[in-house]
Amino acid sequence: MADPRSVPRRDAFAKVTGRAIYSIDSALPYMAHAAVVRAERAHGEIVDIDHAEALAAPGVLGVVCGSDLVGISPLFGHIIPDHPILAIDKVRYFGEPVAVVVAETVQQAQDAAATVWVDYTDLEPLVDADTSLASDLLIHTQSYTGPEGGFLGIQAKDTSGNNVAHEVALGWGDVDTAFADAHVVVENTMFFPMVYAYAMETYNAIADYRGNSLHVITTGQHPVMVRRELARLFALPLAAVRVEVPLVGGGYGSKSYTKLEPLAAVASRAVGRPVQVTTDFEAAINTTRADGAEITMRTAFDVDGTILARDADIILDTGAYADNSPLVLAKCANRCFGPYRVPALRVRGRAVYTNTTPASSYRGFGAPQGALSGEVNLDMAAQQLGIDPVDLRRRNLVAPGETIMPGKRPMDADLLADMETVAEALFEHTLIEEPGIRRGRALALSASDAGASPVSTAMVRMHADGSATLLTGSTELGQGSNTVLAQIVARELGLDIDQVAVGQSDTLFTPYEWTTGASRTTTITGLAVQAACQEIWSKLRALHSQTQDVDPDAVTIVDGALLVDGNMTSPRDVICSWFGADAGEVTGVGVIRKSGMTEALPPFWEVGMVGVEIAVHEDTGEIDIEHLVLVGDVGHAINPDLVKGQDLGAATQGLGCALWEELLYEGQQLTNPNLVEYRVPRFRDMPRRVTSVIAERGDGVGPYGAKGGGEGAINPIPAAVASAVAQAVGVWPDRLPLNPQRVWELLEAANSSGGPN
Amino acid sequence: MTTTTTTITFNVNGRDVEILVAIRTTVAEVLRDVLRLTGTKVSCEIQVCGACTVLVDGHPVSACSMLACDLDGTSVTTIEGLSQGLDLHPIQEAFVETNAFQCGYCTPGFILMTLSLLQDDPRPSSETIREWLDGNICRCTGYAPIEQAVFVAIRRLNEAEAADG
Repeated sequence: MADPRSVPRRDAFAKVTGRAIYSIDSALPYMAHAAVVRAERAHGEIVDIDHAEALAAPGVLGVVCGSDLVGISPLFGHIIPDHPILAIDKVRYFGEPVAVVVAETVQQAQDAAATVWVDYTDLEPLVDADTSLASDLLIHTQSYTGPEGGFLGIQAKDTSGNNVAHEVALGWGDVDTAFADAHVVVENTMFFPMVYAYAMETYNAIADYRGNSLHVITTGQHPVMVRRELARLFALPLAAVRVEVPLVGGGYGSKSYTKLEPLAAVASRAVGRPVQVTTDFEAAINTTRADGAEITMRTAFDVDGTILARDADIILDTGAYADNSPLVLAKCANRCFGPYRVPALRVRGRAVYTNTTPASSYRGFGAPQGALSGEVNLDMAAQQLGIDPVDLRRRNLVAPGETIMPGKRPMDADLLADMETVAEALFEHTLIEEPGIRRGRALALSASDAGASPVSTAMVRMHADGSATLLTGSTELGQGSNTVLAQIVARELGLDIDQVAVGQSDTLFTPYEWTTGASRTTTITGLAVQAACQEIWSKLRALHSQTQDVDPDAVTIVDGALLVDGNMTSPRDVICSWFGADAGEVTGVGVIRKSGMTEALPPFWEVGMVGVEIAVHEDTGEIDIEHLVLVGDVGHAINPDLVKGQDLGAATQGLGCALWEELLYEGQQLTNPNLVEYRVPRFRDMPRRVTSVIAERGDGVGPYGAKGGGEGAINPIPAAVASAVAQAVGVWPDRLPLNPQRVWELLEAANSSGGPN
Repeated sequence: MTTTTTTITFNVNGRDVEILVAIRTTVAEVLRDVLRLTGTKVSCEIQVCGACTVLVDGHPVSACSMLACDLDGTSVTTIEGLSQGLDLHPIQEAFVETNAFQCGYCTPGFILMTLSLLQDDPRPSSETIREWLDGNICRCTGYAPIEQAVFVAIRRLNEAEAADG
């Protein structure tokens, strides 16, 4: 029997008939097209750009280079404004935009772009974090500190002197004494490769710059953040910058913050027409990837397996520009040590500039990288201590209400109960023995300080027939937010779901929404929607008291109607009576800020709780996922099917990171910027069996006890797979992805060492 | 002077069209940019992701990599041609019913590949389904809901056939 809460998605008809509109399907009248000339070395000084031939080519309207970025702020970056819209004097990664050619058609623009000649003086490319840290050569020689920098309390640092883009330090307690007194110390270093989120709608944007205004249509997750940055770059009031986001063809965090929008805007500014900029697969990777990580974790244990201290060192390969990586680093630091009682902690993290494509957010936001080292470290410890890995976690997990980070919201989840649910499903049978197959299984977990900033405004308009329109700046990425938020409106106003419309994110019309990320929409936007509906009711009471000429306190609300002296009146009749016609509407605005229930940060801890059973083929090193176990601890599921969809989708991306995905540099150039060699999970890779459970204990701060989901399931998957491989093969892997070749090498290593270590 | 354009005549979703195209123009460009049939989506551009799948004379092809001039004399079905007005095709209904999409960008390609599969084999085995759909990438769902949609569609189509027969 289907759960009645799992109403069909609102975008279903559009998406199965090809009538859904994405940014890439959009067009503006008199629109021209751009082609981007990209750097053909990873590190070099620009000596000369010759674009005479391009300018004279058929259909070409203009060519823009870094030297043309005058009269505007040429550097973007919401934390560290280090990123030139087009390379200025220097290129810092292979594929960096150097010039943009604008023409009547895409083909004309591309043909002309191929004739642009750039002359460089080569600099040594620093293509990995270790090389970059050790080098005296600086990728950025300029300091970006200043009043424009800084975001969420993170200040741009003076980068002069080294290639560290950002540094964090976190900790408490006497770490060194704890390690000195420890019964067992376990240390491991894990390498998490740079990966690419591959949203199938690759980055694209249309911009229409008109001197005193700028209109942008983009496939971005955070329209108001993009608006803020564009307003700063072009010295325009926020109100003069309109950022419209149609349906988004995949985001997963990779479309957070500003990407191609400034490039489209400078192209439009140059030719005085709307301009569309698009990317192919390779150019999309050259726009943003996720941070690679090398994390060393040391943990001190008492004889009974109690954690005494943890000490972590994080190095992120952040690429040529910082983008959101300083925040990814801060979150990785918060998320690497796990939701355990850690009496003494020391985390040092550095985000390092390299001459590679810039890195930024990706689903999980530092947690998959952090949990890989942190959780595998616990499993190694369990082996050394002779304690069952689940039991080791039982001894150290925090209880509901316990604090894992001083000053942060206490744990709002029953992690122990969630873990028992996974363990029960994962260990229900003994592993089947089969010649040529080695099996392993492991569970892993994480808790993320999610929800981002609790700043949200929602507006609900109740029409004269009692139906309602919701305006929210939250973007529909496919997660189903337009469906879930409509369900909240329907429930609050006593309406049928078909009586609720949801507007598309557009800064000209929709109210302020911090971001669509950090798994926050159902919780934070949901609270704003609830508050907006409450204001509708209080306004309806006021209107009804005026028409009935009674005190507002005499009006009560019962079963979706207004009651005075035993007489029930529908909202529709209240509105029509007050306006004196079948006309008018009542608007409710709900505002959420860091106050009251959302005063304590994070707004919620997002739980990742998974188990995997794998089968390793001895002759090929291939891995089958035999059983995937997911517990989505979301407090309350407003739409259970959508929750499970998020969990399986996130877990599948985690499997991609664990088993196949890795951007490979050979020298200064990416060797696999295509979907053949950058392998993502495919239909045949589906786990043989999936157990997906939703934990609903009403312990979230959001509507009806809800809290966020959508990222949790990706976070511990790479760690669980790595530990399961270790169990199956007998050697602890130190890097991902665990592709057939690497697993085969582990098998060889196990054979030569004479058995499990 | 080398010829760089050609006139092609073909049928798309029951409509006859005659257009002048540059020889290098792809099917996807003609469908999306000229005919404004934007339901056909382009992503990997090298015939791996399947998002741009359309049917040409009933066979699935990658619209990103086929030249438009080769459409001359053919009959093309795109995602827009599948429903009868507001009445969804049973495969579309099945995708709605099982939440077989999130962002929806890959959905037109999956639906058309499923149609092609079920026209070839109305009762495919799980292995056949996996073989056919392995050439379509979905980055959101983890595929299980799509597999479920195919099972539902098979049941619907076979029930409809039984009722007709």
